[in-house]
Amino acid sequence: MSSTAEHAESHAHGHGLGETVTHNAAKFGMWLFLGTEILLFGGLFAAYALFRAKYPDLFYESHKKLDVTLGAINTIVLIFSSFTMALAVSASQKRNRKWLMILLSVTFICGAAFGVNKYFEYSAKFHHHIFPETNIFFALYFMMTGLHMLHVFVGMGIIFALIIMAKQGRFKEGNRYTPVEVGGLYWHLVDLIWIYLFPLLYLIG
Amino acid sequence: MANGVMTQTEHIPYLAQKGLKSWILTTDHKRIGILYLVTISFFFMIAGLTALGMRYELMTPELDFFRTATEYNVAFTLHGSLMVFFFIVPGIAASFGNFLIPLMIGARDVAFPRINLLSFWIYLIGTAILLSALAQPADTGWTFYTPYSIQTGTKVIMITLGVFVLGFSSILTGMNFIVTIHKLRAPGMTWSRLPLFIWASYATAILQLLATPVVGITLLLLIAERAFDIGFFDPAKGGDPILFQNFFWFYSHPAVYIMVIPAFGIISEIIPVFARKPIFGYKAIAYSSFAIAIISFFVWLHHMFVSGISETAAAIFSFLTMLVAIPTAIKVFNWTATLYKGSIDFHSSMLYALSFIVLFTVGGLTGVYLGALAVDVHLHDTYFIVAHMHYVMIGGTVMGFFGALHFWYQKWFGKVFNELIAKISWFLIFVGFNVTFFPQFFMGFQGMPRRYATYPEEYISYHVLSTYGSWILGLGILIMTVNLLIPLWKEGRPESSNPYGSLSLEWQVPSPPPHENFDEIPTVTDWTYAYGKK
Repeated sequence: MSSTAEHAESHAHGHGLGETVTHNAAKFGMWLFLGTEILLFGGLFAAYALFRAKYPDLFYESHKKLDVTLGAINTIVLIFSSFTMALAVSASQKRNRKWLMILLSVTFICGAAFGVNKYFEYSAKFHHHIFPETNIFFALYFMMTGLHMLHVFVGMGIIFALIIMAKQGRFKEGNRYTPVEVGGLYWHLVDLIWIYLFPLLYLIG
Repeated sequence: MANGVMTQTEHIPYLAQKGLKSWILTTDHKRIGILYLVTISFFFMIAGLTALGMRYELMTPELDFFRTATEYNVAFTLHGSLMVFFFIVPGIAASFGNFLIPLMIGARDVAFPRINLLSFWIYLIGTAILLSALAQPADTGWTFYTPYSIQTGTKVIMITLGVFVLGFSSILTGMNFIVTIHKLRAPGMTWSRLPLFIWASYATAILQLLATPVVGITLLLLIAERAFDIGFFDPAKGGDPILFQNFFWFYSHPAVYIMVIPAFGIISEIIPVFARKPIFGYKAIAYSSFAIAIISFFVWLHHMFVSGISETAAAIFSFLTMLVAIPTAIKVFNWTATLYKGSIDFHSSMLYALSFIVLFTVGGLTGVYLGALAVDVHLHDTYFIVAHMHYVMIGGTVMGFFGALHFWYQKWFGKVFNELIAKISWFLIFVGFNVTFFPQFFMGFQGMPRRYATYPEEYISYHVLSTYGSWILGLGILIMTVNLLIPLWKEGRPESSNPYGSLSLEWQVPSPPPHENFDEIPTVTDWTYAYGKK
């Protein structure tokens, strides 16, 4: 923060912080928040480790009732959405509004597809009378995927807001693409957590 | 230490704007600090009154003040959960942290002012959820231990949901402060020049970020356990009730340091100003906050020594528990060394700071004592624990909080309180506190268990003494509150913007500070504690 340039900039942008500072601060803040998200899921992972060590057979038998194909499709959908999100960040840095909106929309649709898929999975479980209270494995399954699904919805909300902001032309100049980059970080975390959930729940050997 | 800040000719104080909207929609860190201060003080009063009710009940061995034992259980649940989650955890960190951090590091506001307001609103939503549960409040104690919290017919879900929501607020505030301290320091405000309150706030924020999500998921699991009948903590369904305790204390032990580390920061600010000496062992005090923060994550099992854990684990955790005493003692020794040969001014805030050192040392040392395995088996769940914990929480955090209120009062509100009455109320609080809690060490040692509304005849004299003490303590706090409230409605402003001759940045701006804090961001050229040099 060198004084005169900073001061001039702060008057130009009202709030008193330069764009670079704001950009770095926002990214730093999001990384810290992502750390807390990992710890939130960390509790569930710890419970998973404890109960799987205690009841290996129950976990093996119960996991066979999960639909590996649907799970795999969802994994591919989410990984692909992370790819389009990364491209969207790149597009916003190049101030390419058209591609930014297309890529964000594709990411959003992937999130929605994931949700629809999950809806069919859950209803199939309920149809076969499998509920969270069935046993410890399914309690973990519903808690972990449910909490993750909630994060997918929040991520979709963020992406939707970004699409609106892009439409209004908010990311045109300077470092104004910060929200896209920060939103992207969040979406990658949602993807990353699923990459751990999928083998832990669907692929017990 | 700073140039270019004293030259302000005219400014508009941040308190100038009136009206409800200017408060509930404010993004000014100083106003948000006040919003927190008012809310936490409100909960402190409510929780304090429930404590007075409990003490009144314990005047006699029989049940007389409360109609049923369950009512007594509800009272201590309310007392514990309000004090812990609504007062002392957000307490100093959110109120004084908000007010002081930007001023002390030479910034105009925190890094994310709107998120700052959001986190206050989330805090309010959490309190609203909790208040809605008051019609049929839980009787589980503030720890919500399973299996009782699953079986009881009282409303556990609402109160845990309230605490869960508060967690978000805590996380956002911690994140905001860390980013602020990293990115917004004024030119020349290097890490080795930072005020120690900033170091303490930083260590606290790290704890908030690392520990809060874990209690979040724990409470979420407890809610799922009650709502969907899953069995993580229910042995009948293959679950493990001890798992809940592990999860809970993984947060709640570090949370003890979330409560007390900001008070360490406050003491480190008050003592050098009124001893007119540079703080002794600056780096040792700064780093010891981090040592405490790190070790605090590896001591949680000491709450569970009697729950049937393995002896090896118990021995390791006993050792680690005692290890926390080292960085804590480093602080106490350094504060004492700062006083040595100082020119001490017994301002009311200094009296609180000095009481902190005495009382916190008692609380800390009894903690080491409780960390010893054999002793803990005898003292677990007795009044000894209650006394130890209150010596740390009141003797430590609340003394720090009151000290901070008196120290920064002029700066924050631009008013002056009556110093003589402040000293009288300090005396009542100090005496009342000791009369209330010191006897509890003795009755705990003799076997009086905590959380009971009735007790055998032999403990009556201790209980009566303790209740008398609670009245003195209550009276002291009442007088202090009135003394601090009256000036707010009276005209008049402080004669000086820096009456105690502090070198810290927040004292170099007018009282109350202008909306933007500094006309021009200052350039820092010297250490915050260079007393005696000038």
